[in-house]
Amino acid sequence: MPLRVGEKDFQTRVNRGLEDAFMRGTVRSAQEQLRTRKQASSEELGDWEAWRTLGEEIRTHTLEHLDYYLEQLSDKVAERGGHVYFAKTAEEGNAYVRQVAREKEAKKIVKSKSMVTEEMSLNDALESDGLEVVETDLGEYILQVDDHDPPSHIVAPSLHKNRAQIKDVFADKKGYENSDNANDITRFVRGELREEFLDADIGITGCNFAVAESGTISLVTNEGNGDLVTALPKTQISVMSMERIVPTWEELDVMVSLLCRSAVGQKLTSYITALTGPKSEDEIDGPEDFHLVIVDNGRSDILGTQFQSALHCIRCAACVNVCPVYRHVGGHAYGSIYNGPIGAVLTPLLDGYEDNKDLPYASSLCAACTEACPVNIPLHEHLIAHRQIITEKENLGPMPEKWAMKMFGTGASAPKLYRLGSKQAHRVMRPWTKGSRISNGPGPLKAWTNFRDLPAPSSERFRDWFAKRRRSNSDE
Amino acid sequence: MSRGTIQGREDFLNLISEKIGRPRSEHVERPEWQAQPQWDVFADENTDQLLERFKAQCDNIHTKVVETNADGLREAVAETIGGYESESVIMWDDDRLERAGLDEGFRSQMHTLGVETFVWDTLKGEDSIEFAERAGVGITYSDMTLAESGTVVLLNSPEKGRLVNLLPENYIAVIPRSSIVPRMTQATRRIHERVQNGEDIPSQIHFVSGPSNSADIEMSLVVGVHGPVRATYIILGDV
Ligand code: SF4
Repeated sequence: MPLRVGEKDFQTRVNRGLEDAFMRGTVRSAQEQLRTRKQASSEELGDWEAWRTLGEEIRTHTLEHLDYYLEQLSDKVAERGGHVYFAKTAEEGNAYVRQVAREKEAKKIVKSKSMVTEEMSLNDALESDGLEVVETDLGEYILQVDDHDPPSHIVAPSLHKNRAQIKDVFADKKGYENSDNANDITRFVRGELREEFLDADIGITGCNFAVAESGTISLVTNEGNGDLVTALPKTQISVMSMERIVPTWEELDVMVSLLCRSAVGQKLTSYITALTGPKSEDEIDGPEDFHLVIVDNGRSDILGTQFQSALHCIRCAACVNVCPVYRHVGGHAYGSIYNGPIGAVLTPLLDGYEDNKDLPYASSLCAACTEACPVNIPLHEHLIAHRQIITEKENLGPMPEKWAMKMFGTGASAPKLYRLGSKQAHRVMRPWTKGSRISNGPGPLKAWTNFRDLPAPSSERFRDWFAKRRRSNSDE
Repeated sequence: MSRGTIQGREDFLNLISEKIGRPRSEHVERPEWQAQPQWDVFADENTDQLLERFKAQCDNIHTKVVETNADGLREAVAETIGGYESESVIMWDDDRLERAGLDEGFRSQMHTLGVETFVWDTLKGEDSIEFAERAGVGITYSDMTLAESGTVVLLNSPEKGRLVNLLPENYIAVIPRSSIVPRMTQATRRIHERVQNGEDIPSQIHFVSGPSNSADIEMSLVVGVHGPVRATYIILGDV
């Protein structure tokens, strides 16, 4: 599955999302649940703002010295007997993994969730060599069995499917005969996947954070599939995008703490696994052979630009979980494995504006994403900057948006900018405003407002409106 | 251990430094971070308070807690195994477990009760893995214990197999009271210090907080999708 997934046309994807009442129901309750859990557990940490500041500082420092830390990381991995391959492109990365698989005469590969390998379409590349590739994360497994249905959320990829649909997938494809109870389904999958693990020749994982000082790869999971993927097959290949690195174990603590709380509202997930090189000679479990593939695939083009902080992202999906647009259109509408606000920022950077010019407009600019982000990425400012580029430089935007951009793009600091933006937006949006509601918004907002009136950003800022709506619990 | 290979590094890193707009970084000092809130979390709590915190958190992560002392450990473990209705047990080849009472004598007691026991054995290779796969219970000892998250930290080694706490359907961690620290911060600092002193760290370090779980089906929590379905922590008071 490549970076871009699903229907090519943004409007078609949005319409499909809007038509899907079930999907919206699940997305909404998942958003609520994840957000409430995140809030509760970040409050317990004491000074959440200080944590965010620390997170941001660590990410900024690491990215500014990325070459140094990657060099240190690769030296340490090699010292421990692991092999490191630096891949500039997806093709180079895929070619390396295929070569390892050929050398090992592998037949079956088990994987634990990895977004960068999705971005690279690694599974397709391996399958074209006749290899069997099994995704072992429950959510990813469901999607894979269902003819590679695309993921719809960063941490909960099968969010758009209900139990009955999931049951049907397994009944059709795997002969499952039990109920649609989540426990029964899980039991069944446990049995199926155990067999796969015991048979597999190679395990492929992503990497949440690599620790430069010791050459360690860490995996943050709840299911423990990452642990089986790395403990059972004789060969392990970890694929990391180049920015997923911290200087030392002390920063690993901070980033993992921020990730677990922001992603799922847990203090720590059930398993945090830190792997350093292959197993030692007298160990009986763990891989004999360890490979680390470090992937650029367009990321270096983001370095040194105004968008550099987008690379600070730790893929927690906190921004997704607060986004009112995501709530209405669902993850598939973004047409990218990276969805929600970070997807709207990152996808055009990795894949160009041409096919993704609508994505930066899939935002109300309410700044809830920016406030939620544990590493302080100014997401809504990045979206504004994208719009500016699209309307001014690329000349791809429709007229009203051009006009709107002049209003939004006055380059103030975030809260000021937002206040200004939302004040001015009232004027810009006036042609579409009836009373206090926008009933027929421009561009991609059109489909949404067709379905449900959008509050006009005039008298009440969107985030205040959103907060109030949440409190009154009268959403819908 | 022979050194591994590194391919494609120079061009890759040169491109990064070029994009950042400066020459390659040759030496970087990690800065003193301005904010360090992690050290304040439960900083003034004593072991008793941390233990209370730990136990409360175990409720959240669906993990049973049993408290005992050196005399009661065998019984507590036996009862837990009985409660799981398991007929086979695998455990780390760890002196600390032996000394705490899970020794030869304990194993023969188990045998009379019809429970087969197996100690992870580097000489037996694949047999150890096969036994772990069919064992009803896996037992390990906690190297460090994190109050905040209900976590046992397992520093793996040849004698302390990775699969012991993963493959069996039930998991027991023996936790010495003295191993408790406030949170991950203290554990990662210790590991960081080992790295700084030039020591090798284990090939796997495992932070385990309760049983395996997933919320991938309609966000409802299910346990045991890959690893253990149930977990019990047995806290061993100091003698
Ligand atoms: S942008 Fe921030 S909030 Fe969104 S996924 Fe990345 S780290 Fe999380």
